[in-house]
Amino acid sequence: MNKLTIDDKAQVAKELLKEIRDLHTKGESLRFMEVCGTHTVAIFREGLRSLLPDGIELVSGPGCPVCVTDQVYMDKALAYAKREDVVLATFGDMLKIPGTEGNLWDAKTAGASIEVIYSPFEVLELGRKYPDKKIVFLAIGFETTIAVIAATIKAVAQEGLTNVFFLVSHKLVPPALKALLDQKEGQIDGFLLPGHVSVIIGEKPYQFLADDYHMPGCIAGFDGIEILSAIVDLLRQRKTQHFYVGNQYKSVVAPKGNPQALALMDELYEPIDDTWRGIGTIPKSGLALKGPYVQFDVEKQVPLGHIGPTIPPKGCQCGRVLQGLIRPDQCPLFGKACTADHPVGACMVSVEGACAAWYKYGRSSGGLVWEE
Amino acid sequence: MEEVIRLVHGNGGRFSHELMEKHIMKHFRNALLEPLHDGAQFAVSAGRMAFTTDSYVVTPAFFPGGNIGKLAVCGTVNDLAMNGAVPKYLSCGFILEEGLSMETLEKVLTTMEVMADKAGVSIVTGDTKVVERGAVDGIYINTAGVGFIPDSVHIAPSRVEADMDIILSGSLGDHAVAVMGTRFGLTLPESIHTDCAPLNHMVGAVLAKEAENVALMRDPTRGGLATVLQEIADSAQVGILIKEETLPVHEDVASVCSMLGYDPLYLANEGKVVFFVRREATAAVLDILHTFDEGKEAVCIGHTLAKNQGRVGLETVVGGIRLLDMLGEDQVPRIC
Repeated sequence: MNKLTIDDKAQVAKELLKEIRDLHTKGESLRFMEVCGTHTVAIFREGLRSLLPDGIELVSGPGCPVCVTDQVYMDKALAYAKREDVVLATFGDMLKIPGTEGNLWDAKTAGASIEVIYSPFEVLELGRKYPDKKIVFLAIGFETTIAVIAATIKAVAQEGLTNVFFLVSHKLVPPALKALLDQKEGQIDGFLLPGHVSVIIGEKPYQFLADDYHMPGCIAGFDGIEILSAIVDLLRQRKTQHFYVGNQYKSVVAPKGNPQALALMDELYEPIDDTWRGIGTIPKSGLALKGPYVQFDVEKQVPLGHIGPTIPPKGCQCGRVLQGLIRPDQCPLFGKACTADHPVGACMVSVEGACAAWYKYGRSSGGLVWEE
Repeated sequence: MEEVIRLVHGNGGRFSHELMEKHIMKHFRNALLEPLHDGAQFAVSAGRMAFTTDSYVVTPAFFPGGNIGKLAVCGTVNDLAMNGAVPKYLSCGFILEEGLSMETLEKVLTTMEVMADKAGVSIVTGDTKVVERGAVDGIYINTAGVGFIPDSVHIAPSRVEADMDIILSGSLGDHAVAVMGTRFGLTLPESIHTDCAPLNHMVGAVLAKEAENVALMRDPTRGGLATVLQEIADSAQVGILIKEETLPVHEDVASVCSMLGYDPLYLANEGKVVFFVRREATAAVLDILHTFDEGKEAVCIGHTLAKNQGRVGLETVVGGIRLLDMLGEDQVPRIC
């Protein structure tokens, strides 16, 4: 690393931390939610919690796509994986997410055809390679991923492949934020808004936070300086009582987002009420394929028969963790029945899951056990 | 026709002897190996010896700056050096896959010869087995080694105390990135190559002058620097604080890491050593290290603490503390 850059960074950090102390009223308890899992990891990596004044707490939110994927979805994925006529294609981080009866990794070990892919576009190659099989891609993810998968579906349509299907469980961030604010429980005083999602959707979809809830929000990047800048932005909005959608990631996030990606999503999908793991149904928070694209919806085209009941793991508090109602280490299973090597809940499986991050970087309460 | 290793090369008969004479002896010949007996015999004096072994299964076997043979000699030499020993004799066991080209084996043997010379050790006994195609991946090597420990040298975790300095002999992550980059088929920048090297001469020079001030040495191989520091914090019951801004990571290595999602703190190095030294000796140890190619980027990265026993803290550039832990799931399998 360049020496000058390091010195500059340390100096800027000092200035931002002073600004944070100045803007924060001593003794005031504030809970800012980092919506995105990548932020959770970055906050630990940079050791930011130890730098903030007493009273300012950073709370992890529902922004890990793998974590919020409902268990019923995993049970369906397992059921498809076990069919002789199916090759299941998925991102690697889905393999260890628990379903009611084991996970996809177990199914793969037992002989199910499961291909781990790195780009959704690889499904085209699979479709050509296995003309006699049905390729089923696990299409999960927030707005960032939805745009890429939408482009993939267009490419499948264009090539005329009739054996490639999608098990869709996309999630939208803004409706989830609204649901968190509408519930009676929990205290949120501001949102660190997700950087990558905002690249697609821009600033406007968050405007309701300021207009309807007088809630500060600020789009943040992923290094220490960018996150501290966003916290300054949130504190300033609170201080001045002038609420807006802050953007401390302007180098990457345009106010209007990516209009082409948004148009593509609009062409392929329509919003539906959707279920989030451990949270429940959130209105208009998911997407379903519409119009001619329904031909790629595996649930419509290759319906599953009856699958067994979905039984959530006993005692798992992923839902409350994802809503910021408890810290990961306040779950009774955390670090005992549920560890990184033997995860019980989805939040412990994904590298971006709040529990996995808390487990990796700091196991005791407060996430930090360093004596000054 | 290309000459290849066949199953008969491992049957102990005529073909085995031919392989030994025509290829292996050519590179390893020395007075102790020459009799080709069931083992080597050598005289010892009083004192302490160190004895170590390691197996090498890296894939691919050839990577920028080295190959499996370089690792097999340097790895075992360095393990002896970390005990404070002067490495002396190595054994070498090959497990070869049927069909391995003789040219590949020759390259590996040549490298081993060069490295053994450089380290000043002799390969005095060995063994070769050949297994069917698919039973191993080309070539695996086991080496074991013995060395003699000077009376003045005492290297042990129990000698690590609070307020000692921690010195790292150079940059992090070079070896793992060279191997993984090759495995992923990346076109790596010229600057990226393994740091694999014998460290015994450099370590010996430090111990010759500062033995009483050096409490512990470790080479941060598998699991990387973070894992080694955590092990020492546990076994010595001290706290460890290191500073992110001091950690040397070459720019090209850092950019490949960010692309592949690797953390250099957890990546294997094959030519680096971490010293725990009394603070009054830090400057002198750094001066000695800086006179060696392998140590020219040596730097003090932090110190031990009486508080925070068993914990390793990284002070980040922005001033926060991140707790480090041992490597959990492997980021990079079959790295050495």
